[in-house]
Amino acid sequence: MKKDGLLRVEDLCLHFRTNKGLVQAVDGVSFGLGRGLTLVVVGEAGCGKSSLARAILRLLPRNVHTYTGRIFLNGVDIMKLGEERFRREVRWSKLAFVPQAAINSLNPVVKVGNQVAEPLLVHRLAKTKSEAIARAREACELVGLPGDFLSRYAFELSGGMRQRAIIAMALAARPALVVLDEPTSALDVLTQANIMNLLKGIKQKFKTSFILITHDIATSSELADIAAIMYAGQVVELCNASQFYREPLHPYSQKLIASVPSLRQEKRPEFIPGQPPSLLNPPKGCRFTGRCLSRSNRCEKEPPLVEVKEGRRVKCWLYQ
Amino acid sequence: MKILIDAIRQLARYPSAIAGLIIIGTLIGMSFYAVITIPYSEAIKLWQGRDGVWNEIPRNAEPKWVNLFPGINLPETFILNSEDIVSKSLQPLGGGIKKIEKRMEFDFGYDCFPQEMSLFFDATYDERPPHVFLTWLTPDGREINLAERRADAPYRISLDRDLAREIGGLAPEVGLFADPFAEEIVPLQGRYGLQITGWLFEEDSSLDVRLVVFGQVHGIAGTDHMRRDLMVALLWGAPIALTFGFLAAVGVTASTFIIAAIGVWFGRWVDAVIRWITQVNIILPVLPILIIVGTFYSRSIWVMLGVIIALSIFSAGIFVYRAMFLQIKGMPYIEAAKAYGASNFRIIFQYMLPKLVPVLIPAFVMTIPAMVFLEASLAVLGLGDPLLPTWGKVLKDAWVNGALLMGHYYWVLLPSALLMMTGLGFAMVGYALDRIFNPRLRES
Amino acid sequence: MLAVSVRRGVENKILFSAKDLCTWFELRRWGFFRVGSVKAVDGVSFELRRGETITIVGESGCGKSTLAKTILGLCLPARGELNFDGKRLNGLNTRQMRSHRSKIGYIQQDPYGALPPFMTVRRILEEPLRINKTGKKEEMKRRVREVLAEVKLTPVEDFIDKFPHMLSGGQQQRVVIARSIVMKPRLIVADEPISMLDASVRIEILELIRGLQHAHNLGVIYITHDLSTVRHFSEHIAVMYGAKFAEKAKVKDILDNPLHPYTRALLSAVPKLDPANVTTFKEVPPGEPPSLLKPPSGCRFHPRCYAIIKGLCDVESPLEFEAKKGHSVACWLYRK
Repeated sequence: MKKDGLLRVEDLCLHFRTNKGLVQAVDGVSFGLGRGLTLVVVGEAGCGKSSLARAILRLLPRNVHTYTGRIFLNGVDIMKLGEERFRREVRWSKLAFVPQAAINSLNPVVKVGNQVAEPLLVHRLAKTKSEAIARAREACELVGLPGDFLSRYAFELSGGMRQRAIIAMALAARPALVVLDEPTSALDVLTQANIMNLLKGIKQKFKTSFILITHDIATSSELADIAAIMYAGQVVELCNASQFYREPLHPYSQKLIASVPSLRQEKRPEFIPGQPPSLLNPPKGCRFTGRCLSRSNRCEKEPPLVEVKEGRRVKCWLYQ
Repeated sequence: MKILIDAIRQLARYPSAIAGLIIIGTLIGMSFYAVITIPYSEAIKLWQGRDGVWNEIPRNAEPKWVNLFPGINLPETFILNSEDIVSKSLQPLGGGIKKIEKRMEFDFGYDCFPQEMSLFFDATYDERPPHVFLTWLTPDGREINLAERRADAPYRISLDRDLAREIGGLAPEVGLFADPFAEEIVPLQGRYGLQITGWLFEEDSSLDVRLVVFGQVHGIAGTDHMRRDLMVALLWGAPIALTFGFLAAVGVTASTFIIAAIGVWFGRWVDAVIRWITQVNIILPVLPILIIVGTFYSRSIWVMLGVIIALSIFSAGIFVYRAMFLQIKGMPYIEAAKAYGASNFRIIFQYMLPKLVPVLIPAFVMTIPAMVFLEASLAVLGLGDPLLPTWGKVLKDAWVNGALLMGHYYWVLLPSALLMMTGLGFAMVGYALDRIFNPRLRES
Repeated sequence: MLAVSVRRGVENKILFSAKDLCTWFELRRWGFFRVGSVKAVDGVSFELRRGETITIVGESGCGKSTLAKTILGLCLPARGELNFDGKRLNGLNTRQMRSHRSKIGYIQQDPYGALPPFMTVRRILEEPLRINKTGKKEEMKRRVREVLAEVKLTPVEDFIDKFPHMLSGGQQQRVVIARSIVMKPRLIVADEPISMLDASVRIEILELIRGLQHAHNLGVIYITHDLSTVRHFSEHIAVMYGAKFAEKAKVKDILDNPLHPYTRALLSAVPKLDPANVTTFKEVPPGEPPSLLKPPSGCRFHPRCYAIIKGLCDVESPLEFEAKKGHSVACWLYRK
């Protein structure tokens, strides 16, 4: 299967206008994703990973300054579609989204079943309400939500169950790609393991692709086939997940892996000193320079993201 | 303090807020102007109209600026006194009797008749007042005998029925100025004169006269049915409205805010009592209570202010703030403060209140015009302060005297416009402040 | 080496202990009629020595945060005994309670929420000093700078006049930590200090707390739902489930040899960085954590337990058995 068979993102930029200046939240991001694979986007808070999710789904706030690039979904450039066509043909039916902290965003006065069915009706994916409910029931069974939960309200459900309902909502239309923004970070360890098991099962059974956005590297390894490491609005390394976990190349990736705590190992986890740069005025050249131990004069110029080994792209002068 | 400075700096980004600030600034400027040029006691005196202060002002005159509109040429008031005398003679007749002759002349160039005419005498005498004989001289050379009378009381020419009959049944102020050859009744423009022939019967007696030809226009604001210049009320209405609005808004918002915080923090019975009082208070009708107080106790604006504040403290605002404070009460920083030993009142005043000040400021600014309107409504209902000139009282007079039926639009227009500008100014600033402070409305 | 052990030997006295601690919240209808009670902490005992850390681990809703609040004196225990620094805490009046509270540092979960957003860092750190009237103005100023330096917010000038929203999550948490030590406490309660932080700064914050602990010989009660960081930052662990301790032991004992079925499930669910994860599914006990309003009879874990002994676990609450010295477990499997 082609590696970028399903989704190809080319040079995606998303800049916001704020009263302090221009925030370059996503700055020239490119990657590809094949059907049935999962891409994890890893990075610290404020590196632009959530903005990347919103840029892909075209869920933009009002203060957008620049929104450019190309996004091919099944070979169609969805950036070129009009807002109405995008909403009708792409969003939710082909591209679903599980936003951050979604478990607190369920409507408290609407029954869970109706909420899961709602997007099907809104996006005209189900013709009648009963059809939508039936499909919602199906989706809930799929995520392990017992049928009687459909007629309950969100506050009657535990965090894990709510997260399942949110995932059911995203899966109800059987989209080819689901973008998950920190789906487990607010959950307990056991619930987190449950949700990960669930996502894994769906991935295997339906060949659904996921883009998993997280700062939790250990959890990301549950689902990841491809890893994109983001730093200050840019992808600094793009490779197979196992390569990233076993042998990261970019100095930032190495630091990230070294910071992962482990239950069994005696090795003490390390932390990355310093702060990530502000996206308001990112430094010229390599943006990691300020915190990098292997920096040199070359780093004053911005390194390109190039293929250094087969399938591995790194944005660092060390590998050029 | 810092928060205020920040807010003002941010306000500059909203054009509507700048407009609002300009309006508020103008109103404040007007207030200072009023208070400085017409001191309080003077204002009260003028508004009560004692001592004939308005004698020489026309009744229900339109503002002067109506003459700026094309096709309108309403006469202004003019007063002829000794300066306008063109010829004068004094002739002793013997026996202490003197004959005095005076002739005053003036130009009349308006398309409308004056409203009224009066002649005021300024005579000195011990027992016997001077006697005068008055003749009206028209530009086309006619001489009309006005009257022969004693100069001890003002001669209200307009009220002279004999004269009216004599000049063809027209009101004197019309007949005296009318063009006798025109088909319609139109004023004859030109130079008019008044010939005064007087007899002084005492040695030290003297006679001075003033002819007041009341125009149809007066001042910037016009006058009311009691000849009062509305400008006094319009000017003085500003400081009263602003003071009332500000004090009421401070009293209401601050106390509501603090009580809500106290209730939320202590919870249990304190909260229950506050909620109970509020629930009862909300269904109490404010207006009837104010009417009762105004009718049976006092209509003083300060009494009303107190009653309004007292009735508004336990208002629906308590519930709004309560909901916000409940959220704050559960915030970790409050818990932390409790953990390091902060006392109850410290937590309420230093930790809970400051967090909501940003919400309070816009609410406060928007309460001011609401209170100004309430005061005006009370005045219109006849519960205005008995002494003070306010916008509401002008409206009430206008309403009672059927201003709009009679075409005295300016009487209603000007105070209404001021009230609306007040509302608009504060609302524009308030909405902008809300945008600045309310994180949910803030544009990211 | 010798010096350290001697120091340890001398100061190895008990700083904090709880015996059969219970914190119950009564549910009342209309603020009057009792309709039941949530037993958030139900018979918990532990001891903590100076310079040591005990980690209390459990899922959300197991009562661990209530335990923290009870230790801090923010919740009053319904039963049980609390001893801090050789003093009994039960039955203190309001003022004594306040001064007790100020001797325990408190680090909260959400650093942004834990800082009053309208105060500067300086004011935030001065507040506890002002409230507890410690020293003169000069002294307070000095102390504020001192703690800022201690939490490595240096140069101090760059941070002291900032408002919390101008700082990053990690820096905010440092301010929270600075505030927790500004009164020179002997015990710090850290309630999920890193769970809201970005993964990359978590270790930094834990290292900081650890460093302060060593520098001032502090006792730390570390409350978390995430066991992955425990190994390097704690001496003891107590696993809490359904308002009770399921297992309590030294870190190594628990990580290497977990006894309670719940501890085992918890440990196996901790995410591990392993590319092989993609294909393997995790063993997760079925069901949900128990409600504390109506906890299950007997052992609270029995509805989810794979090793349930019918007729015993679902009837009678297990006692704490000492499987090994210093390793106690509340499970019938280990009865003697």
